[in-house]
Amino acid sequence: MSFPWAQEYAPAHPFMKWVDEKLPLPRFVYNAVGAGYPVPRNLNYFWNFGILAGVCLMLQIVTGIVLAMHYASNADIAFSSTEHIMRDVNWGWMLRYAHANGASAFFVVVYIHIFRGFFYGSYKAPREMIWLLGVVIFLLMMATAFMGYVLPWGQMSFWGASVITNLFSAIPLVGDAVHTWLLGGFAPDNAALNRFFSLHFLLPFVILGVVILHIWALHIPGSSNPTGVEVKSESDTVPFHPYYTAKDGFGLAVFLLLYTAVLFFAPNALGHPDNYIPANPMQTPAHIVPEWYFWPFYAILRAFTQNFLFFPAKLLGVLAMFSAILVWFFLPWLDNSPVRSGHFRPTFRKFYYLLVVDMLVLGYCGGSPAEEPYVMVSQIATAYYFLHFLVILPIVSMVETPAPLPFSITEAVLGADESAALAAE
Amino acid sequence: MVRIISIAVGAFFAAAVLFAFGLGAYSFVTEPPAQTVEKAFHLHPKEDFHLASDGAFGTFDRQQLQRGFQVYSEVCSNCHALKYVAFRDLKEIGYNDDEVKAIAAKVQVPHYNPVTGELKTTAGMPTDHFPPVVYGGRGSPPDLSLITKARHGGAAYVYSLLTGYADQVGYKNEKGEELLKKFPEAKTPDGLHFNPYFANLNIAMPPPLTGDGQVSYKDGTKATVDQMATDVAAFLVWTAEPSLEKRHQTGWPVLAFLLFASVLAYMCYRNIWAEKKGH
Amino acid sequence: MTDNAIADTSDTTAQDAAGLGVRRRDFINIAAVSAAGVGGAAVLVPLISQMAPSADVLAESSTEVDLSAIKPGQAIKAVFRKQPVFVRNLTPSEIAAADAVPLASLRDPETLEQRTKPGHTNWLITMGVCTHLGCVPLGTGEGEPKGEFGGYFCPCHGSQYDTAARIRKGPAPKNLMVPDYVFETATTVKIG
Repeated sequence: MSFPWAQEYAPAHPFMKWVDEKLPLPRFVYNAVGAGYPVPRNLNYFWNFGILAGVCLMLQIVTGIVLAMHYASNADIAFSSTEHIMRDVNWGWMLRYAHANGASAFFVVVYIHIFRGFFYGSYKAPREMIWLLGVVIFLLMMATAFMGYVLPWGQMSFWGASVITNLFSAIPLVGDAVHTWLLGGFAPDNAALNRFFSLHFLLPFVILGVVILHIWALHIPGSSNPTGVEVKSESDTVPFHPYYTAKDGFGLAVFLLLYTAVLFFAPNALGHPDNYIPANPMQTPAHIVPEWYFWPFYAILRAFTQNFLFFPAKLLGVLAMFSAILVWFFLPWLDNSPVRSGHFRPTFRKFYYLLVVDMLVLGYCGGSPAEEPYVMVSQIATAYYFLHFLVILPIVSMVETPAPLPFSITEAVLGADESAALAAE
Repeated sequence: MVRIISIAVGAFFAAAVLFAFGLGAYSFVTEPPAQTVEKAFHLHPKEDFHLASDGAFGTFDRQQLQRGFQVYSEVCSNCHALKYVAFRDLKEIGYNDDEVKAIAAKVQVPHYNPVTGELKTTAGMPTDHFPPVVYGGRGSPPDLSLITKARHGGAAYVYSLLTGYADQVGYKNEKGEELLKKFPEAKTPDGLHFNPYFANLNIAMPPPLTGDGQVSYKDGTKATVDQMATDVAAFLVWTAEPSLEKRHQTGWPVLAFLLFASVLAYMCYRNIWAEKKGH
Repeated sequence: MTDNAIADTSDTTAQDAAGLGVRRRDFINIAAVSAAGVGGAAVLVPLISQMAPSADVLAESSTEVDLSAIKPGQAIKAVFRKQPVFVRNLTPSEIAAADAVPLASLRDPETLEQRTKPGHTNWLITMGVCTHLGCVPLGTGEGEPKGEFGGYFCPCHGSQYDTAARIRKGPAPKNLMVPDYVFETATTVKIG
């Protein structure tokens, strides 16, 4: 679907006309990211991050395929094949750093993309499906990133694999069996490494597939915008190309600037030194942490230190960690305020900023050792996290009085909208 | 209905975690966690340690790397291997082909014959990697190839550890607390050595750099303990990341290009949006 | 934009200003797209060159072979750059057979002299890679067929090499390649 004023694809060159008749791929692209897709004219820079996430995915796929040409997924030589990439392969050091830091960049971009959605109510009707697919992408990304981190077979790889697969042993009755099945053994070894490599190679393409669905679903209602007011007339929109291709081009250049600065001048800043020690099943590092993008959820996992009612602490932690992401699936129905954008929701806005701080606190605690005061702080932060999504949002969306909305996007941008005057008559 | 269930679930998780918080806070107050000797006396690597390879413009000082290599081969290599480094790599720190050959030939390298299953030890060739080191003593000396990337503090840690051995008797931290008075049970066991830069304070490695002039540098630099520790730390920065220099040299043109591209892209963006008032 | 410029022809100053504006703006847009193209092309450099031989592969460029155990009439296979090298100790009759062939009759005319080192004409050292499509010819091992010309025989597509490892029959275009090598002592050869 598109707006009635969307431009129609009219191939100029006879060859493009010929292609378009046989296979309307040019038309498809034109309507997806070309002049045929009308987009609200008031998108701010937070709307750059969707495209950036797509770029990150491509970056990871390209560098990943290239690295797989040199990597060996065998527990005996995985570590040294990684060093072989770093030392002997032409530009290998750059490709590996690009891939490792690319994962971090991907998560930075996606976290901003998600929190953009939280603030501007992007999950609300009619865009629930876009949101649900987005959460699926995020879950797949986490699985992919985790398995990728195991591949160099350093100390953090090994113990990360060990700890994360042990989460499944918390499942009552079948937990231990599931754990052994996941690893193909009693501890991570060749079997686990090989299946992780296989899945790490597969999942990005699954992500790509879901991303295509995500964008498809986006093109049904069209993009949301910072006012949260739906598009009413042609003056509310501009064609995607050239307006947003130009803006996304600028965003991409700035993103690459920051990304390459890290890649070339601090490539190990986001990694952990212990992963430069080959895996040693006999000795756990003194302080094991996952990669930074898992820290908030890792803090939630560790916050449950006591049995509660009939639930053992271990099971509670695992349940809470998974639920922390699963609650996002219910967001469109937990927050049913008719107003979309946080700009016009004063009470919601305050809690939103509190959530941002809460996530940062959880992240900081998740990266710190499991000792006081970090555990106590993360317990308070975890409590807020669940209260925010499951208690505060439903209540706020019922009781809040929103601020008055602009009549249209055009009015919000220009201060007046001719069709607003017409509507008032 | 969704909201009733959600509030119940939210309340459950919040109650469970706040219950844990309550118990944790209670025991934190009633039985505060005891301070450990590691917390009180472990030192972070010295901060005033600088190498030519530091920073975004860092390059290698090849003279220093060669001195560091000399320290490694004469001192460290008795216990520590360097297995991710090949002799041919030494060309990057300024040795020529013949020197590399001579260095390799002095080292006995085991070669495994996959057909016969035979392990034959012969003089090293430039294509060989540094061989494993057989060590029968106490502790497990780590391979040093990646050590400056595998420890917090990197080269500064190596330097601090090498120069940080101290006499435990009468040792005080910066707060003036005396270790053996505060933690009498933390006395370094026999056969280990007290070093506050080591994570658990007691290290199996005896002080390796024992005195000035332990190696005689070919370039005439005075081999003080401090100099040797600095040089070997610099050498181990190179072994951990031989591509460091190339990385810096590639990085600057890339950043310059992207800065230029960002400015162009911004101008292009402003151009295209010029007629759309409000932006 | 262009439409405006055309519509304004009555006002020359406005026309100039608009015309200049259009040109300057077009230039920036073209420059921005070109910069993206240059950047994209630069990215291809590492992506392509990573597939070229890595430093450790390039470094494996010499092999030493001990000749002392090879009796006249025998041959061994050594390994050079992960490929077989045939080292063959020719008997006087094999040398005579090779020398007897008129050069003009050869597909790739070379004498045995040219294919061996002076003073070591009995040592024929060639790559064990058929110049047709890269199979390993037979004839080094005991009992292996040596082909119609007593040298090597490639079973894949039937190329026949003589006692100087020159192509005599079959599809291969060239003689078996002689690698660079030197005699370090009378009984050791360094290939590469």
